[in-house]
Amino acid sequence: MLREGHDVSCLDEDPESHARLEVGLEKSWEDLGGQFTVGAGLETEALLAAGIEQADVFIASTDGDNTNIVIAQIAQKRYRVPTVIARVLDPLRAEWYQRQGLQTVCPTRVAIEMLEGAVRDASNRDGEPDDNVTEAA
Amino acid sequence: MYIIVVGAGKVGWNLARELLEKDHEVTLIESDRRRYLTVEQELEHNVTYGDASELWVLERAGVQRADMVIAVTGDDEDNILICQVAREKYLVDQIIARVNNPRNRRHFDLLGIKPSVSATDLILRLLEHEVPEYGLVHLLDLQEEQLEIIEMLLGADSRVTGRRVGDLHMPEGSLLISVLRNGKGFVPTAETVLEEGDEVLAVLDPGKEDQLKVLFGPEGEEAVA
Repeated sequence: MLREGHDVSCLDEDPESHARLEVGLEKSWEDLGGQFTVGAGLETEALLAAGIEQADVFIASTDGDNTNIVIAQIAQKRYRVPTVIARVLDPLRAEWYQRQGLQTVCPTRVAIEMLEGAVRDASNRDGEPDDNVTEAA
Repeated sequence: MYIIVVGAGKVGWNLARELLEKDHEVTLIESDRRRYLTVEQELEHNVTYGDASELWVLERAGVQRADMVIAVTGDDEDNILICQVAREKYLVDQIIARVNNPRNRRHFDLLGIKPSVSATDLILRLLEHEVPEYGLVHLLDLQEEQLEIIEMLLGADSRVTGRRVGDLHMPEGSLLISVLRNGKGFVPTAETVLEEGDEVLAVLDPGKEDQLKVLFGPEGEEAVA
């Protein structure tokens, strides 16, 4: 998103994750115009330091569904960020919160669709539906 | 009543036990397998294993017919979401959420998760109650209604000891509602004479504490009212 010309500000609890941002970059994250703040998403100070009040878009994509849903609602309701997106792994809750007016992206759902698509393509190549699909969990 | 308690830590386990003793129907939900097995030895079928922030776990516990959901896990986000889903998706009448970090209380308020209970806040209140230097004890904050109820103990040097309630210049936005004397409470009239050792309760608009503190405090300081 930085490459596409957006101003991007990342908030993460782990200072080390800053290094991950720079993998494959020719210059430092900051030199390219990026911002990085260390802090927890529920901390008001951290959100403000990361610039939530100026944000046009807020993306909650920590590794915890519950954290993402709560922070996203705070961004929506307290800071009135126009576009808010939350990553929710649990398909049932992703669907329910989407209906409540919170935009969600569900990687599980996307992965299932891709896997189903891959199976469909494979069985079409064989010329007949394959009834013996083995699922690996 | 049918009550679902989420989180079988010290709070959840003891709460579930108390509620069962009061003949409520209770399901306690715990997401840690080892903790679940420990608690299950005592509570048997009243405890169930699973992550209550997942909808199917709540549904398996019968959330649709629950009268109350109490979320007391050690994680504030979990408590918020469990209560939010219980009330808004499953239309549970009564929810109670535990606040672990008092700084998160505003998030609970923002999302309408109430009442919420914070042990830290309770201990602070208790501390105020037990440490007399505070002089004045917050009994209740009615945030919505913008009112507070406070308790004050009258010392021998209090400027109102020996005076009629009718002669007190109570600040605007405050009202004396009760006097506790020798273990008994009564509602004072204008004729009531305050005595040393009385505990008086007053209801007031937020921000009036300081004026009351001066009015009921020791002689010598200039009364504001």
